[in-house]
Amino acid sequence: MIETTLDIQAIRKDFPILQREVNGKPLVYLDNAATSQTPQQVIDAIVDYYQGYNANIHRGVHTLSQEATDAYEAARQKIQKHFNIAHPYEVIMTSGTTDSINLVANGFTSFLKEGDEILVSAMEHHSNIVPWQMLCERTGAVLKVIPMNLEGELMMDEYHNLLSNKTKLVFCNHVSNALGTINPIKEIIDAAHHVGAAVLVDGAQAAAHIKADLQALGVDFYTVSAHKMCGPTGVGMLYGKEEWLKKLPPYQGGGEMIAEVTFEKTTYADLPHKFEAGTPNICGGIAFGAALDYMNSIGFDAITQYEEELVEYATEQLLTIDGLKIYGTAVNKTSVISFNIEGVHPYDIGSIVDKLGIAVRTGHHCAQPIMDFYKIPGTVRASFSFYNTKEEVDKLVEGVKRARNMLL
Amino acid sequence: MTIKEIQEEIIDEFSMFDDWMQRYEYMIELGKALPLIEEQYKTDDNLIKGCQSKVWVHAELDEDKLVFTADSDAIITKGIIAILVRAFSNQKPQDIIDADVEFIDEIGLKEHLSPTRANGLVSMIKQLKLYAVAYQTQLK
Repeated sequence: MIETTLDIQAIRKDFPILQREVNGKPLVYLDNAATSQTPQQVIDAIVDYYQGYNANIHRGVHTLSQEATDAYEAARQKIQKHFNIAHPYEVIMTSGTTDSINLVANGFTSFLKEGDEILVSAMEHHSNIVPWQMLCERTGAVLKVIPMNLEGELMMDEYHNLLSNKTKLVFCNHVSNALGTINPIKEIIDAAHHVGAAVLVDGAQAAAHIKADLQALGVDFYTVSAHKMCGPTGVGMLYGKEEWLKKLPPYQGGGEMIAEVTFEKTTYADLPHKFEAGTPNICGGIAFGAALDYMNSIGFDAITQYEEELVEYATEQLLTIDGLKIYGTAVNKTSVISFNIEGVHPYDIGSIVDKLGIAVRTGHHCAQPIMDFYKIPGTVRASFSFYNTKEEVDKLVEGVKRARNMLL
Repeated sequence: MTIKEIQEEIIDEFSMFDDWMQRYEYMIELGKALPLIEEQYKTDDNLIKGCQSKVWVHAELDEDKLVFTADSDAIITKGIIAILVRAFSNQKPQDIIDADVEFIDEIGLKEHLSPTRANGLVSMIKQLKLYAVAYQTQLK
């Protein structure tokens, strides 16, 4: 038994999708790092919005518009409170992490010159590499990589050596989506600030497992996608320190982001609207707030503790399988187990366990540089959430064993 | 045998299996028995795009017939390409171009036909047909 204060069976009842079958077997959903499932409370928030007060926000004087605006801004405040952000206007609502990163990368175009340096960690998702490469192409800045060791931990000595007065921006994920490593972001942020560089931390993979206190971290930018933490897809946030958000130019032009428009000149709206052109994902934003309420009602301390035990159990059990190797064995890691079996392609394992109703991810997890580092085509990735159970881990282990017997 | 006859033979073989596991085991067997592509042809040019695993296909003309050899680094994918090679190899290019591929559905691999499916069965079929089109032009 895993000891926990959580009533996992009661929690599972909140998630309608967990009751369904796949290929005639009860669904075992272990692809939470790709997207998490949605509790009834969040689904209700979505339905309530469309049934009760669907209206455009920030512009109508009628009641529905007021109600929708209030609910949307209340969601922004929930995000602010959850991440301990100083002001609600430092929360920019975006379509998700990729959008948030592109907003910052675009804005930095005017701050960088040839020879400036951007540091990114070696364990980044493609969405965290490509916008910086494009930024470097635009500005002549140079992209440098903070290397990692075989355990999947950043080599911090190398990081400190790479920092110099040329460093203008450091980019790193809080938790690696492919390996589960929790990066030492406090140390990364402090050291970068020491040389005057800004830091953007991608919290997409961390947010469902770790409640980050952004003021305590002192980070300049932090990104989150709602769909990785029980919310809907297509909505997320960019946190930016007020001083940075004031300096950054607007990202997209359109309605909502303007103060005054004439054909000669447009003045931009104040924060956060300067970065929120057009009608936003109103329902998504409100549902994001509901997702935070839901997760906080369970409690992040209990979630973190339970998931740690679940991953520890899963690691022990998977390692009993002959030839199984785990990639990413950092001391600090969370909720992700990436593995291969010697002589077997990850795709084959994924195909067979799918037939057993088990959802895992196979492939390079949008992190090809990591796969190149380990010289493998990809891995099988099982990623866990607080609604997963020890019994589901057992089913995964059984499924992988069965796949191994069929394939070898 | 014509492509149609071979496809019917494959459907017959698969109809003996009651469940997915037997079907997969048979596919794995077929994959292991696939006439392998020569190492020199395992080049990036012969790699089929759109597959999560690597799939190489080589085609060459033997008089008026097209002969396929293939390989994959994943065994289930290898089984799938083996089925396609068996159905389409040693046939005239025009017959390959004209052939339909509904037998894939009938042998219970319909899910692999989805264009979003990462193993790229659709890409494999497209590639075999493209070879046929190219060689058909050459024959003329």
